[in-house]
Amino acid sequence: MTLLMQEVLGGLVLGSIYSLVAMGLTLVYGVMEIPNFAHGHLYMLGAYITWFLLVSAHFGYWPATLAAAVVLSGIGALLEWVVFRPLRNAPQVHAMIASVGVMLFLEALAQWLWGPDFQRMPTPYGRVLNAGPFTVSEQQLVVIAAAIVCMSLLYLFLKHTPLGMAIEAVAQNRTGARLVGIRTHRISLITFGLSAALASIAASLIAPIHLIFPAMGTMVIMKAFAIIVIGGMGSIPGAIAGGYILALAESIGGAYVSTNYQDVIAFALLALILFLRPSGLFTKGV
Amino acid sequence: MRLRWSFRRLAWMLALLAGLLAPLAVGNPYYLQVLTLGLIWAIGVYGLNIVLGFTGQLSLGHAGFFGIGAYTVGLLTLRVGLSFWVALLAAVVLTMIAGWLVGWICLRTRGHAFAIFTMAVGVIINLLIDKWDSLTNGQVGLVNIPAPNAIGPVSFDSAQARYYLVLVFLVLAAYATWAILRSPIGRAMHAVRQSEELAAAIGIPVMRTKRLAFVLSTVFAGVAGALFAGYLGYLGPDVTGVDITFDMLLYLLVGGMGTVAGPLVGALLVGALTQVLQAFQQYQMLIFGPVLVILIRFFPGGLAGIPAGIRRRRERGPNPPPLAAEPIPAAREEV
Repeated sequence: MTLLMQEVLGGLVLGSIYSLVAMGLTLVYGVMEIPNFAHGHLYMLGAYITWFLLVSAHFGYWPATLAAAVVLSGIGALLEWVVFRPLRNAPQVHAMIASVGVMLFLEALAQWLWGPDFQRMPTPYGRVLNAGPFTVSEQQLVVIAAAIVCMSLLYLFLKHTPLGMAIEAVAQNRTGARLVGIRTHRISLITFGLSAALASIAASLIAPIHLIFPAMGTMVIMKAFAIIVIGGMGSIPGAIAGGYILALAESIGGAYVSTNYQDVIAFALLALILFLRPSGLFTKGV
Repeated sequence: MRLRWSFRRLAWMLALLAGLLAPLAVGNPYYLQVLTLGLIWAIGVYGLNIVLGFTGQLSLGHAGFFGIGAYTVGLLTLRVGLSFWVALLAAVVLTMIAGWLVGWICLRTRGHAFAIFTMAVGVIINLLIDKWDSLTNGQVGLVNIPAPNAIGPVSFDSAQARYYLVLVFLVLAAYATWAILRSPIGRAMHAVRQSEELAAAIGIPVMRTKRLAFVLSTVFAGVAGALFAGYLGYLGPDVTGVDITFDMLLYLLVGGMGTVAGPLVGALLVGALTQVLQAFQQYQMLIFGPVLVILIRFFPGGLAGIPAGIRRRRERGPNPPPLAAEPIPAAREEV
C-alpha cells in the first residue's frame, strides 16, 4: 500500500510536468496546426537558462524560473516569426521538417554552450518530509502546487481575458477569427511564446529532481505527443488529463510490471488508442 | 528535350563509372568505409523518398525498420548460423510484414497524427531492441556478425568486394525508384501527395497506394539495414534510434525529395560534409539544423530539384511553385 501511495505521488509529480509540456504543445497545435517537434528542446533550454541564472547569476529560485520563462517566450515568438510563419501555406510536412531542424539545432547549441555532462540544479526546497513510512520531498510538493497554479492561471487567461478569448477563437476557426478582426499572425506569435514559457516553467520545476542534459527534451516531447494524441490534438483539458493518466500508468506500471519497459508503456498506450480511436479519446475543443 | 534526356543519361553513366572505379581511387580503407556506409544510407533514404517524396507522408519510424532488417540478419547469421543471403531474404520478408502491419494501422491516421504515430512505432522498436537483452544483447549489441557468404568464386571477405555488393543494391534501389516514378503507380502516388481528396475523386485507390508506398519504403530500409549488418559486422541499438531517422530526413531534404538522384546526392554530400566537420562532430547540427530549415523554406526540392526548378522557370516564367511545394487546395486560407 505504501509502495502504491509512493508511486501515485511520483506519478502526480511527473504528471504535472507532462501536463504543462503537453498543454504548450497542444496550444500551438490548436492555433497553428503545427506539431512542434522542437517543443521538448525549448523545455531543455528553459532548464539550462534557469540553472545558469541560479548558479552563475545568483538569482533566487523563483526569479530565475520567471526570468527563464520570459526568455523562452521570446525565443518561442522568434521561432514563430522566423521559421514557422513563412511556411504557413506550404504543405503540412514542411513545417514539421522545419521543427525537426530547429530541434537538432537547439540540442547541438546546448551541447556547445554547456557541454554534454549532466548538471544538477540546486533548490531551496531540498528537505525531505517523512510521514510514517511515506517520504516526500518539498520540491515534489512545489511541483504539484505550481503546476496547479499554472493551469488555473492559463484557464483564467483563456476564458476571461480578451487576448485569451482571441486565442481560443483562432484555434476554433482561423478564417472566422480573421473575419471578425483578430490579427491571427499576432495571436500565433503570442501562442508560441506562451507555449515556450509553459515548457520552461515545467523544466524549472522538475530540474531539481531530475538532471539537466542536452537530450533531456527528446523523451519528454515524445511523451507529450503521446499525451496530446490521447487527449485529442488541440484540447487543453485533454492534455491535462492525458498527462496525469500517462504519468500514473508509467509509474504504477513501472513499479508493478517492469521499470525496464516503463517507457514502452506510453507508446504502447498511444499505439493502442490510435488503433481504436484515430481521433483521440477526448473530442476537440480548447 | 532529346538533348537533355541524353545529358541526364550521361550523368548517370558517369556516376556509375565513378562508383565502379571508386575503390581503386580510394586507397585509404577508412574512406572506403565512409563511402560504403554512405551508399547504405542512400538505399535507406530511397525508401523514405518513396513514402515522403512521392506520396507526401512523413514517416518518422524509418530507422526502426532499418533496425529490424539489421537485427534480422545479425541474429539469424550469428545465432542460427544461416547464410547471409537467406538472412537477407528473411530480413526483406520480415520488414515487409512489419511494414504492412504498421502501415495498416498507422495509415488510418493522416497528416500530423501519422507522423506522430510512426515516430511512436520507431521509439517502440528502438526500446524493444534496447531492452530485450536476452534476444538482442541490449546496449552491448551484436558483434562478429559474419560477412556475406561467397557466391561461387566471388568472396565478400575484402572491404572492396563488400563495397561492390552494396553498389549493386544501390543501383537496384535507384533503378526501382526510377521505374516506380515512371509507372502508373508512381503517378498515383504523386496524385495522393497533391491531394488525397482529388486523387480519390479520379478513382485512385488512395489507401492502397499509401500502403504500397509505406511497405516499399520499409523494405528499402530493411535491405539497407541488412547490408549494414553484413558490411560492418557489429550492431548496436543506437542504429534504430529516432536520431537516425532524422539523419535520413536530412539526407533526403538536402538531396531532393521526390527525385531519383536526391537520396544518393544527399547521403554522399552530407556524409562528406560530416567527415570534413569531424573535429566539430558534436556540434555539426548547429549547421545542419538551420540548413534543414532554410532548405525546406527556400529549396524544398533540394539540390536535385534545382535543375527542374530552373527548367520550369524557363518554360513557364518566373516564380513557379517548386516541385515539392505544391499547395494542397483543400487546406488553404489566409490572404
